[in-house]
Amino acid sequence: MWRFVTPLVLFGLLVAVFVKGLDPERNLNELPSPFVGKTAPTFDLPGLKDPSTRVGTALYEGETALINVWATWCVGCRQEHDFLLQLSREDVVPIVGINWRDNRDEALRWLAQLGDPYVASGYDGDGRVGIDWGVYGAPETFLVGRDGTVLHKHLGPLDRRIWEEDFMPLIDADGRGGK
Amino acid sequence: MKRLLATLSIVLMVAPVLAIDTGEAFDNPEMQARYEKIISEVRCLKCQNQTIKDSNAFLADDLRREIRRLMTEGKSDAEIFDFLVQRYGEFALYRPRMSGITLLLWLAPGVFLLVGGIVVYRVLKKRMSMPIDDDTDSEQVAG
Repeated sequence: MWRFVTPLVLFGLLVAVFVKGLDPERNLNELPSPFVGKTAPTFDLPGLKDPSTRVGTALYEGETALINVWATWCVGCRQEHDFLLQLSREDVVPIVGINWRDNRDEALRWLAQLGDPYVASGYDGDGRVGIDWGVYGAPETFLVGRDGTVLHKHLGPLDRRIWEEDFMPLIDADGRGGK
Repeated sequence: MKRLLATLSIVLMVAPVLAIDTGEAFDNPEMQARYEKIISEVRCLKCQNQTIKDSNAFLADDLRREIRRLMTEGKSDAEIFDFLVQRYGEFALYRPRMSGITLLLWLAPGVFLLVGGIVVYRVLKKRMSMPIDDDTDSEQVAG
């Protein structure tokens, strides 16, 4: 009996490993974020548009919010920009931007030309806040729950499919849980 | 000889310009040595097969700057590694620590060796207890 079962089980395990490893949709650069399920880091940055204002955690306290790390040099950010604009029009959750390692003038021009999906963007010119959030490649998007927990993190450009599959169920659950 | 010296001096003159780490070095050589040891053990998350000592990606630059800052604040090596792991996960370290999920990583070679050993032992034991067949004699090489 075992003579047949053991190789079969081993074969099954091997198949599972290969299926996972060879998945064409797998992003090899994506790392599991140590923040998911934990309290999100706080931040407090000078505003991108008006450096005398502050943009940070206080802006979305007690709300489900999207924190989007972007930069004008980042190709993926350009790709997801139109979708972010759509999202902001649908007004599902506030989108707070962290303008990461960017040039302020270029960032302002980008928002003026392409539209501004953000409630506000903080200017993280030297990447300090980026490090606090474990950012290693823009665009990165964090979904923060009402209690300040990171519910999900996405690396790479967002689109409708990813949004519906990975974000919406969590946003729905978060909205129900808090009330 | 003269030519060799000339070449050598040019090479040496250029060498510092090629350095990746453009940050300010520590005045204290002990601190500098500690710093260099730390950065040679931290992965550049942007260019995943390089340490932040070898990489000139801006993220590596930022991380080096952060590590210098933490060291100036008097943080210990362990605290600095904690800082990085909290933000980037265990993957940030080239020498993962022995705890939690990485324990699996550390123990796996031993487990494999043990399992292999048991298999070999059992197979050998079975073979040794098998009656010696006359056929095997004919396969033996004379002498």
